Amino acid sequence: MAYSDKVIDHYENPRNVGSFEKGDDSVGTGMVGAPACGDVMKLQIKVAKDGTIEDARFKTYGCGSAIASSSLVTEWVKGKTLDEAIGIKNTQIAAELALPPVKIHCSILAEDAIKAAVADYKQKHANELPGAPEKQVAHG
Amino acid sequence: MKFPIYLDYSATTPVDPRVATKMIPYLTEHFGNPASRSHAYGWKTEEAVEEARGYVAALLNADPREIVWTSGATEGNNLAIKGAAQFYKTKGKHLITQKTEHKATLDTMRELERQGFECTYLEVEENGLVDIEKFKAAIRPDTILASIMMVNNEIGVIQPIAELGEICRAKGIILHCDAVQAAGKIQIDLATLKVDLLTITAHKMYGPKGIGALYIRRKPRVRIEAQIHGGGHERGFRSGTLATHQIVGMGEAARLARAEMASDNERIRMLRDRLWAGLSDMEAVVLNGDLERRIPGNLNVSFNYVEGESLIMAIKDIAVSSGSACTSASLEPSYVLRALGRSDELAHSSIRFTLGKFTTVEEVDFAVNLLKTKVAKLRELSPLWEMYKDGVDLNTVQWAAH
Repeated sequence: MAYSDKVIDHYENPRNVGSFEKGDDSVGTGMVGAPACGDVMKLQIKVAKDGTIEDARFKTYGCGSAIASSSLVTEWVKGKTLDEAIGIKNTQIAAELALPPVKIHCSILAEDAIKAAVADYKQKHANELPGAPEKQVAHG
Repeated sequence: MKFPIYLDYSATTPVDPRVATKMIPYLTEHFGNPASRSHAYGWKTEEAVEEARGYVAALLNADPREIVWTSGATEGNNLAIKGAAQFYKTKGKHLITQKTEHKATLDTMRELERQGFECTYLEVEENGLVDIEKFKAAIRPDTILASIMMVNNEIGVIQPIAELGEICRAKGIILHCDAVQAAGKIQIDLATLKVDLLTITAHKMYGPKGIGALYIRRKPRVRIEAQIHGGGHERGFRSGTLATHQIVGMGEAARLARAEMASDNERIRMLRDRLWAGLSDMEAVVLNGDLERRIPGNLNVSFNYVEGESLIMAIKDIAVSSGSACTSASLEPSYVLRALGRSDELAHSSIRFTLGKFTTVEEVDFAVNLLKTKVAKLRELSPLWEMYKDGVDLNTVQWAAH
């Protein structure tokens, strides 16, 4: 199977691998996928006081494209606000990594992981006093 | 060491240089058609074909007149199963096989079902072996044929063919055996085994691709209907000009296998055990298939919490097969491992190592070190490994299937 150079680069030198403390209030965790399907992504974001994402970590069980997609989004979300982060589309990820059609689901999973991590962070902060930077939004 | 290191001998073997040397004159110098009875070119190649037939028969402890040349295992299985089913169809329409057979058998059975036959696909036990009692229970009054492989191609387990032969003979059922992964690796004695039809191929035993043989028992006589019609070659069982050089190659491969199998096996078993000793040292590693009732050269291992395709990508310095769907044409993980009751995850993360007579200690040690390093690296990346280490039972997690 032929992978693009960018996929191979992220696969061989994955960025931001690891985990943040789950109990940390400034951390949002998203876990998407299922082992039986061959892909599980865990994406964590660390949100600064000004509401921007200051750091991100991932762990992925999956093929080279899944690892590359999640590694890439940890780089992309850094410095973005939560709203900007959930604006990242799977098509941008697929285009950046030149994913073939059979691997598009990896980019969709990475997009879902961002949304899940942001939703988790927002839920943690749903009951904060007025003036909190984000209002809770419904999520599934 | 030559990279990538070849550990896929069950997919195919290199041709033994002694075999290749023996084949070459039959491409250039002795090119006659073995069916040409009117001149020396034909006599020469007919003699070579019959010598080779003798070597193949000797490997199986059979009579040379019981050996029919085919193009390989797929044709052999098709000819045996369709040929016998169609010949004996007036006696009954029920066939028995098992879920872990090669596709050449399973797809042939499917085709026969379309033609009006009924087929039972037996489950196997967790160790990959067919259960004798379940086999007996599957037999119906109208069962005419059973097809059970001698050695499984993915997990290398050896099926109880001798016992199945006794049962089938007593019930008057034709027993076909796909022995492609067994020939040249374990003793096959057709003077004692009550097998009626048996398929082998050259390229799994250091012979060339494109040539195989079907054993058709003479006593008691088994009948089959030909599937390829033409000049009436091979006593009408399989028409088509004989590929002399391929046949000579298969014959020489069979002769060498018979002479050297015992010593080769001892070495290969030692290497396989060394490989397993190295890999089983790791955490969360599962052996697929019975270890004792298994050919010496096969090791099939699942590396839990690591995804198969990323593992294959990481170990490209060794040439192995994977049970992962991503590495094959189908979208399902190995149906053989699924039949053993392995989860999709374990089936996805399986690697089949098959060793052969050119495998060395250095190659095995390299493979062990490579696997240890790469599996550890991928596990560092794996959220499932992290959960396992945190004591989370992954079966209790609600996953969102996608």
